[in-house]
Amino acid sequence: MSGIATSPLLVVEGLKKYYPVRGGVFGAKLGDVHAVDGVNLSVMPGETLGLVGESGCGKSTLGRAVLRLEDPTEGRVLFEGRDIAKASKQELFTLRRELQIIFQDPYSSLNPRMTVGEIVREPLLVHRVGGKAEQVEKVRALMETVGLTGEMLERYPHEFSGGQRQRIGIARALALNPKLVIADEPVSALDVSVRSQVLNLMVKLQREFNLTYVFISHDLSVVEHVSDSIAIMYLGRIVEKGPTQRIFSRPAHPYTRALIAAIPVADPEQRHESVPVKGEAPSPVSPPPGCPFHPRCSYAIDACKSIVPPLEPVTALNPGTSGEHLAACIRKHEI
Amino acid sequence: MALLEIDDLKVGFDTEAGLVHAVDGVSCSIGEGRTLGLVGESGCGKSVTATSILRLVPSPPGKILGGEIRYQGTDILKLPREDLSKIRGKEIAMIFQDPMTSLNPVFTVEKQMSEVLKLRFGMNKEAARKRSAEMLATVGIPDPQSRLGSYPHELSGGMKQRVMIAMALLCEPKLLIADEPTTALDVTVQAQILHLIRDLQKRIGASVLFITHDMGVVAEMCDEVAVMYAGRIVEQGSAIDVFKRSRHPYTKGLLRSLPQKGAAKKADLPTIEGVVPSLLHPPKGCRFAERCWKRKSLSAALQKTCFDDDPQMRAYENGFVACHYPLAGEEP
Repeated sequence: MSGIATSPLLVVEGLKKYYPVRGGVFGAKLGDVHAVDGVNLSVMPGETLGLVGESGCGKSTLGRAVLRLEDPTEGRVLFEGRDIAKASKQELFTLRRELQIIFQDPYSSLNPRMTVGEIVREPLLVHRVGGKAEQVEKVRALMETVGLTGEMLERYPHEFSGGQRQRIGIARALALNPKLVIADEPVSALDVSVRSQVLNLMVKLQREFNLTYVFISHDLSVVEHVSDSIAIMYLGRIVEKGPTQRIFSRPAHPYTRALIAAIPVADPEQRHESVPVKGEAPSPVSPPPGCPFHPRCSYAIDACKSIVPPLEPVTALNPGTSGEHLAACIRKHEI
Repeated sequence: MALLEIDDLKVGFDTEAGLVHAVDGVSCSIGEGRTLGLVGESGCGKSVTATSILRLVPSPPGKILGGEIRYQGTDILKLPREDLSKIRGKEIAMIFQDPMTSLNPVFTVEKQMSEVLKLRFGMNKEAARKRSAEMLATVGIPDPQSRLGSYPHELSGGMKQRVMIAMALLCEPKLLIADEPTTALDVTVQAQILHLIRDLQKRIGASVLFITHDMGVVAEMCDEVAVMYAGRIVEQGSAIDVFKRSRHPYTKGLLRSLPQKGAAKKADLPTIEGVVPSLLHPPKGCRFAERCWKRKSLSAALQKTCFDDDPQMRAYENGFVACHYPLAGEEP
C-alpha cells in the first residue's frame, strides 16, 4: 500500500440484526435475540480485519449481514460507498461479484453431486463471465492458484481431504475476482499441519490479488497471525478494536484480556495457575443491563450495572482512522 | 507398577474397502496420580485407543486385533462382562467431547446422578441427593440444589460438561479418561474446565489419560505426552522433553506450524506437506517418511531406510522415539 490515505472499502454503521423469539400456541413474539446490536466497523482495502469472539457473540451473523445473506434490522453496510443493506435485487447481484465468502465446514459447503470443476465454474456461469473455453481456462488457472491441479477437475468433493476442499472453496470464492472476502472460521475444522498450509495460501492470495479480508474466528492465535486490525465481539457488540499488535500488547477491555489469557500455550513451562474469567456468556435474548460483560468482570463496579459503555478511544493516536484503538469499558483507563 | 499399561494394542475396523488398522501397535503406561496426554491429528487413532480401554469400541465394525490393556495388572481385554462392569465407572471413568454422550436427555440431573450412587454405594434417596448436590458444587455449578431438578437441555455447554465431570467423579475413579473434553467449548470456558480437572485430580489423586488434538491443551495439562501418527505412537516422554526437545520430525513439525505469539504477522508458517497415509494399506517403512522434512535433507541411501524399514520405538535418556534418524533434541 502506498502512503496516500485511501478510503475504507467497507464501512459498517450502526448495524443491528435481531431475530424474533416466538412461543406459545399462536407463535406470539416473546422478544428478540440481539445477535448484532449496533456495530460500527471499517476495513481498508488490502487489509485483514479479524473478527473475534466466542460462540453466540454474533460474529458470523455480522459477517452474513455484510454480504446481505441476512437482512439487517437496522444500520448501513457501505461497500465502496454503496449501501448493501438497501441495495435492490439487481444491484445486489452486481455487488455480489465483488463480495465473496469462505465457509468453515469444507464438508458441507461443497455440493457432493457436482464435480470440482463445476463447483469452481458455477459463479462464472451465474454471472455469465466469458465463453465456455474462457471459463474452463479460468477454472484451470484458479485450481493452480490455490495449489491444486487441473487434473482434479473431474473429481467429486468426497475424493478430497479437508484441506484440499477448503482450497476448492477458496478457488470458488476467487472465481469472480472479488475485492472483499468474508472468511467465516476458514481453518477451524482443519488439523494443525493443514491449517498452516491454508493460512499461508490465504496470505499469499491477499498479496497477489490485493484482497480485503474479514477473517472471523474464535481462535485468537490464528487471528493474530493474519489480521492487520482486530475487533472483539461480546453479546452482539464490539467491545474493543484496534491494530493487532496494539490489542495484543495493550488490551484495554477486561474481556479481551481474559480471552488472550485463556489461550493455552504450547509450552509446559507456561501453565496457567488461575482461571482468567469466571462464568459463561449470558443469552443474547436477555442481555444484562449496563455493560454486557459486567456479570463476569472482575473489575466491575456499580456503575457498570447501569451504564452501557460506548466504544471510545483508548489513546489519542490515529483518531478517526482504522489505526485507532477503541474500547467499550468505563474503567479502560484505570485497569 | 503403573496403574494402566497398554501393550502393543491393535484395533481394526472392517470397511467396504477392507480392514483399516486404526491403532497398530500402541504401547504406553500411566502411573498413579499422573496425567498422560495422547495427542495427534484427526484419524491418528488416539480416540480409538482411549475407547478400547473400557471396551467401548463399537463392534462390529471395530475389533481388537491384539495386545493387552492391563489395569492394576489385570488384562481388561480378557475380563468377563460382569467383571468389566465393576471397573467401568467405578475404577475407570470417561468423559467425552459431547456431554450428551453420557447424559440422558429424558432424566433430570438428580435422577442420573443418584442412580449411580444407589447402584454403587446402595445410598438412599436423601443421601444420594445430598452427595449429588455436593458434587455439583465441587465442579463449580452455582445453586446446585436447584440444578438437580434441571434436564440436560436446560444447561449451557459448559454446565453440561461440568455435570458430566461430576457424574464421572461420583465413584471416585482411579483413572479418568478425558476424550477431547474441551474441544467444543469456548476458550474462556475451556480454561475453567481444564483448571477444574486439574484441581479435582489433585484432590482425589486420580490418574488422567487426556486425549486432544490441541498442543496448547496438552502442554497445559499433562506430565507425560505420547504423540500419535497414523495409528502409532511416534514419540513419548515428559511434556517438557517432547515440547522443548522434540526428537521426532513430526512432533517438531506440528509445533512449528502453530502461529507463534508476537511472531512476524502474515509471514509464511512452516507446514507439513502432504497428507496422512491410508491405514488400509499403510506404507511398509516409516509412516511419516513421505511427508518428513528431515528425511528430505538426507542422502538417498539413508532415505531408502526410511521408506523400506519400519522404525521401532527406541529409548533415549528421557523418552522414546520411533524414527531412524531422530533429531538431536536441542532446544529451539
